[in-house]
Amino acid sequence: MLDALDPIILARAQFAFTVSFHFIFPSFSIGLASYLMVLEGLWLRTGAGVYANLYRYWLKIFAVAFAMGVVSGIVMSYQFGTNWSVFSDKAGPVIGPLMAYEVLTAFFLEAGFLGVMLFGINKVGRGLHFVATCAVALGTFISAFWILSANSWMQTPVGYEIGTNGQFLPGPSWLAIIFSPSFPYRLAHTVIAAYLTTALVVGAVGAWHLLKDRTNPGARKMFSMAMWMAALVAPVQILAGDLHGLNTLEHQPAKVMAMEGHYQSHPHGAPLILLGIPNSAARRVDHAIEIPKASSLILKHDPDAPLAGLDTVPEDRQPPVGIIFWSFRIMVGIGLAMLALGLFSLVARARRRLYDWPLLHRFARLMGPSGFVAVIAGWVTTEVGRQPYTVYGLLRTAESVSPLAAPAVGVSLLAFVIVYFSVFAAGVWYILQLMAKPPQAHESADLLGPIRTAGITPAPAVEGGRP
Amino acid sequence: MIDLTVIWACIIAFAVAAYVVMDGFDLGIGILFPFFRVGSERDRAMNSIAPVWDGNETWLVLGGGGLLAAFPLAYAIILPALYAPLIAMLLGLIFRGVAFEFRWRDPAHRRLWDGAFCAGSLIATFAQGVTLGALLQGIAVNGRGYAGGWWDWLTPFSVLTGASLVGGYALLGAGWLIWKTTGALQADARRFARPLVLGLLAAIAAVSAYTPFLEGKYYQRWFGYPGVLAAAQMPLLVALTGFLLWRAIGGRRDGLPFLLTLILFGLSMVGLAISIWPDVIPGRVTIWAAAAPERSQLFMLVGAAIMVPVILAYTSWAYWVFRGKVDEAGYH
Repeated sequence: MLDALDPIILARAQFAFTVSFHFIFPSFSIGLASYLMVLEGLWLRTGAGVYANLYRYWLKIFAVAFAMGVVSGIVMSYQFGTNWSVFSDKAGPVIGPLMAYEVLTAFFLEAGFLGVMLFGINKVGRGLHFVATCAVALGTFISAFWILSANSWMQTPVGYEIGTNGQFLPGPSWLAIIFSPSFPYRLAHTVIAAYLTTALVVGAVGAWHLLKDRTNPGARKMFSMAMWMAALVAPVQILAGDLHGLNTLEHQPAKVMAMEGHYQSHPHGAPLILLGIPNSAARRVDHAIEIPKASSLILKHDPDAPLAGLDTVPEDRQPPVGIIFWSFRIMVGIGLAMLALGLFSLVARARRRLYDWPLLHRFARLMGPSGFVAVIAGWVTTEVGRQPYTVYGLLRTAESVSPLAAPAVGVSLLAFVIVYFSVFAAGVWYILQLMAKPPQAHESADLLGPIRTAGITPAPAVEGGRP
Repeated sequence: MIDLTVIWACIIAFAVAAYVVMDGFDLGIGILFPFFRVGSERDRAMNSIAPVWDGNETWLVLGGGGLLAAFPLAYAIILPALYAPLIAMLLGLIFRGVAFEFRWRDPAHRRLWDGAFCAGSLIATFAQGVTLGALLQGIAVNGRGYAGGWWDWLTPFSVLTGASLVGGYALLGAGWLIWKTTGALQADARRFARPLVLGLLAAIAAVSAYTPFLEGKYYQRWFGYPGVLAAAQMPLLVALTGFLLWRAIGGRRDGLPFLLTLILFGLSMVGLAISIWPDVIPGRVTIWAAAAPERSQLFMLVGAAIMVPVILAYTSWAYWVFRGKVDEAGYH
């Protein structure tokens, strides 16, 4: 049966599946590591026990999420070779060093200090433990820096030469490669997304416990902190997304055409299609609800500016429209909902009802997982949008694949699906169980479960002990 | 003139060696896990590696990522050639990696996650051994790609190397536990170590005897002059180390069995290097043919020259923080 399938489609499905699953964990742990850093820093500065308790509460969740991020990440470092060996051979001299820098400057930093962060609470002083937390947080950010640099180069390749053997070779300037044209925008948009995603999770957990007990000091503190993030960062993210979109229009116009559903060119101002059903066969969007000229206004800052459509792009260079059209709308829709939540929280704060407005808490709880959906939808938009290329405009996806037989890729895809769904479902279940417990006034620092024997000190007293 | 390609071959070899040394013992503890008594023995064995396993595994990412960056052609040929064992290794590493956290979060299913920890460690180790064997026995190459089939890697030799590595990592794990624990767990580790020493020595002998006949080049290396002069010393050194190790297991210096097992691994790696140098895919592709251009090598060398010492420094610090014997509830 598997022989009948196209090995390229299977290899793409496998990469999409493994990277999407993986992406969920770092987009949480990048933000959560920084949140933990803030909590420990505030605790060291103010001495307020609530911060130490929250630190311990979220550290247990972080440990589970981080472990899943690590193991799903190792898979990614081998996917390039197992399934995309021709791409690896050709682009290795350019993107390989970026990934090597990621390992050298980020992965070791995270992993090296994680042990101290998780288990070293009673082994090193407060200051050193805070250093370990900061190192892990910094490592997650540096990791995002390098991997998005590699990804951005694939989207907007510059600074390369083509070797006689067909390889992409680095040109004289590595800075040009690292800071390719789409990189600053992609980095800002993605990292802010990670912070927002985490803020929404923290806010949802806080809201969940406020709905049960609005006096819980830990729940109040985390909810308040998360709502500040939503209120302040959601607008910044919408701005960053807009700038990223304009950058994409400049470098990958076909992707924007697919996002907008513009099959046809609009010489006198293009409409903004809010919703509709893309019909690629007829090359139009059916049942479109649109705002005349608004797309030109957003993308060109002029309602009458002409905007080219996919009719100007040769058919074999077009990305698939349907999936990008929808994933983009899902992302934008969730972004607007985040903005609404942030504004709602500001109103509640102004009326001094932040902790006793159940509607706000229910809204925040509902929005808890929305960051993950938005992150995956955004990723789908940008990755499917650069099809049919791996290195945009230069190396086709179909020419990047390993000399693969469909059964081998099909069976391994099946194995990944089964293992990921069972293992990571269990992990998410454990995380939800941890979240279901309200933060305690004397939150335990015990990451190893209830195995303490007599004589071992339990969590030190909050005010004087270590976080 | 300094040859950057040789430097990078040494760096990758160092990463692989560091990986084998560091993840070897924690995978080995996974392999031995079912033989430990449920309860405090298993908890202590797990706790002895919980703070360091993640850093240990990062060397595998450096090995893979470094190979892509420094020898992209080798990466592009080896990974498809070893598709099945590598995927199996990755899946195995997933199970054992999450077990570190999950077994504490879910006491009702702790047995299940202990099983996942053991099975994952066993599969990952066996797959790594198979990978080594498959590389040694040769990979079909055509142009810039892998030209063989999906089951080429599976031979009696690769099964032998797979089984050998399982025994070797288990011995490293036992040595680590002798070093880091006390009481019944330490006594058990000593008990497991003895048959593992015999098994590992037999495995080294079998692989060493088999290897020269896999490929004419290896035979030349080992039995031609002047290679034979060095080759003749290797069995002696292995036998001597094995003898010292056997005695050390019952001895009073708890760190010694681990150290001597590392020396056995070191000797095996030197033997491997003698066989395959200067190829990256033995008998097919040399390090120079597979190397990335000088600009890539130089750019990365700057990073490696600065970062590898820094990494080694803070990794050592992390090990230092968790020095000494591990008790019931982890490190204190």
